[in-house]
Amino acid sequence: MKIDPRWAGFLVMVALGLLLMFGLPQVLDLFGLVQMTVFVAMAMFALSQGFLWGYGGIMSFGQAAFFGLGGYAYAIAVINLGDSTLPVVIAVAVPVVFAALLGYFMFYGRISDAYIGVITLTVSVILFELVNSTSGDAYHIGAAQLGGFNGIPGVPPLNMPGDSSSPLDPGQMWYAAVGSLIMVYIVLRAILASRFGRVVVAIRENETRAMLIGYDPRFYKLLTFMIAAGVAGLAGCLFTNWGGFISPTVFSLTMSAQVIIFVLVGGLGTLLGPMIGAVGIEYLITIAGSQHLVDANLGLGIVLVAFVLLVPQGVVPLIRDKVLPFAKLVPRQSKPIPTGAEVPR
Amino acid sequence: MDLVGLLAFNVVAGIATLVLITLGLGVIYGMMRVINLAHGEFMMLGAYTAVTAVDAGINIWVAMLVLPPVLVGLIGLLLERTLIRFLYGRIIDTMLATWGVSLGLIGLTTTIFGNMVRAVPVPVGGFAIGRYGASLFSLVIIAAAIAGLVGMLALLRLTKFGLILRATMQNPNMAAALGVSPPTIYMATFALGSALAGLAGGVLAPVSGISPSMGAAYISRAFITVLGGGPAIITGTGLASSLFGTINSLVSFETTPVIGDVALLAAAILMIRLLPQGITGRFLRRSL
Repeated sequence: MKIDPRWAGFLVMVALGLLLMFGLPQVLDLFGLVQMTVFVAMAMFALSQGFLWGYGGIMSFGQAAFFGLGGYAYAIAVINLGDSTLPVVIAVAVPVVFAALLGYFMFYGRISDAYIGVITLTVSVILFELVNSTSGDAYHIGAAQLGGFNGIPGVPPLNMPGDSSSPLDPGQMWYAAVGSLIMVYIVLRAILASRFGRVVVAIRENETRAMLIGYDPRFYKLLTFMIAAGVAGLAGCLFTNWGGFISPTVFSLTMSAQVIIFVLVGGLGTLLGPMIGAVGIEYLITIAGSQHLVDANLGLGIVLVAFVLLVPQGVVPLIRDKVLPFAKLVPRQSKPIPTGAEVPR
Repeated sequence: MDLVGLLAFNVVAGIATLVLITLGLGVIYGMMRVINLAHGEFMMLGAYTAVTAVDAGINIWVAMLVLPPVLVGLIGLLLERTLIRFLYGRIIDTMLATWGVSLGLIGLTTTIFGNMVRAVPVPVGGFAIGRYGASLFSLVIIAAAIAGLVGMLALLRLTKFGLILRATMQNPNMAAALGVSPPTIYMATFALGSALAGLAGGVLAPVSGISPSMGAAYISRAFITVLGGGPAIITGTGLASSLFGTINSLVSFETTPVIGDVALLAAAILMIRLLPQGITGRFLRRSL
C-alpha cells in the first residue's frame, strides 16, 4: 500500500512530537525542560496565528489579545475556583466568545483586510490599557486582584483533572504542554482536511468565487477567527501556568509582533512552520536576552524586515520547495503553497 | 460657565493633538496606501530630537518645531529608499516591514538612550479661564495643528507640486505618461509624512513622557483616526479628529484618561462598522 506523502508527513509530525515529548525529559535537566515548556506555549500561540493567517487568510495584528484573555481568564478562574479543570475550559471559552463578538463586527461589516489588521491591533491596545489601569484594591474579580501593571502573581498551576490537591510538578507540566500542543495540531489538521477546512482555504484563495458557489465567507471567516482565538487562549493558559504569573505585557504589541514573526519566519501556509519559527526565535531571544549590549527588540525588528524582504515565504516552504527537490529527496511540486484542500480523503 | 469654557478649551486641545499625531500617517496612507506602522516611532524620534537638542542648549522653539521634522523627514527618506520602495502594492508586507522598523527603532533608541523616561520643559506658562487654570502650551498645540492642516491644504490646492501629488494619487500610470516620475513623488510624500510625524513628536514632547516605547500609545489612535476619516486626507483627518477628540476629551474629563482612550477606540470601531469607507467615503466626497 502506498501512503500519500501528505499523510506520511502528518504521521511523521505526530511521531516526532511524541518522541520529543518522551525523549526530551531524558536528555534535558529540569531547568532546560521548564524553558522548553514556555517554547511549547509560544509554539501553540504561533499555531493559532498560522492557522488564521496562513489558511484563513485573515491578518490579525492583535492575536495577543486572545492569548492574554486566555491567560487572564485562567488566572482569575483558578484563583476563585481552586481546581484547575474548569478554568482551562474557561481560558478557551472566553477568547472564543470575545472573538465571536469582535469577528461579527468585522466580518459582517465587510471590512477590508488591512482594516481587520488595524482593528485587531487596536483591540489589543485597548485591552492592554484597560488591564494596565486596574491597579488598586478596587479592581478584583472574586478573590483575584487584577493588580494593574504588576499583574497577578502566584497563580496556582494545573492539577490532575478534578483533584485540586495534586498540582502538576514542572516535569508533568511538560507532558501536559506538549500533549496539548500535539492535540491542537491534530485537531487543526483534521479541521483543514474536513469540508469546513476546504471551504476556508477556498475563501482565502478567492473569496468572490467561493461566495458565488454558495458559501458565506463571513460565516466561515468568523468560525476560523473563533477557532484561532480558542487556540491562542489555550496557549495563554499554558503560558500563565509556566510562570504562575501573568501581567498586561501579554497584551502588548511586542507579543502580537512576535507571533507574526514566528509565522513569517517559519512559513506561511504551513502548520509546522509557525511552530519551528516560535521555538527558533524564542531560542534566539533567550540567547539575545542573556547579553545586554543591544536591546532584544532591535534583533526582532531586523529579523522581521529581513524576512519580509528576502525570504517572504518562510523557512519551511523554502526547504520543502527549493532545498528538498534540489536534493532529489521529494519530487518537485507544481503548486507553490500546499493547502488543506489538497489533503486526500 | 467657567467650567464649560475650560471644557471647551480642553476639547479643542484634544482635537488638535489628534490632528497632529494623525496628519503624517494620513498623508502617507492616503497618498500611497502604505500603512506605516513605524509612525509612532517616528514621533518618538521627533521627541528624542527635541529632548537631545534642548539638553544641548539649543533654543527650545527651534528644538521643538524645526529640528524634529527635518531630521525625521530625512530618516523617512532614507527608509523609503532602502526598504519601503520595494514593497509598494503589497499592503500587508509593508505593514510587516514597517512594524519591523518600529521594533528596530525602539530597540535602537533603548540601546542608545536607555529605557527611561525623559522630559522637555514646557516653554510657556498658564492662563486663567475664569476660576480655572489652563495651559498656554495647549494654544501652541492648537496653533501647530491648524498650521499643519492649513499648510497641507495649501500645498495640495495651490502649488504645482500639490497638483502633481494629487494626480499621482489618482492615477499613477497617467501621471507617468505625462512625464511625472511616480517613484520620486512617492519618495517625497513618504518624507513629507515622516516630517509631519517628527513635527508632532517635537510639539508634543513637552507634554509627554519621552521613552523608547512611547510610540505605541499614539499609533492605534492615529490609525483609527485615519481610517475613520476616509479617503479625503485633510478633511477626513480634521473631521475624524474632531469627532474622536471630542469623545476622548469628554469621557476623559468624566472618568480617567485611560477610559477616555478606550472610549475613543471603541467609538472608532463602531464607526468603521457603520461607515466602512470612513466619514469622507460617505460625505464630502469631493474634498481633499
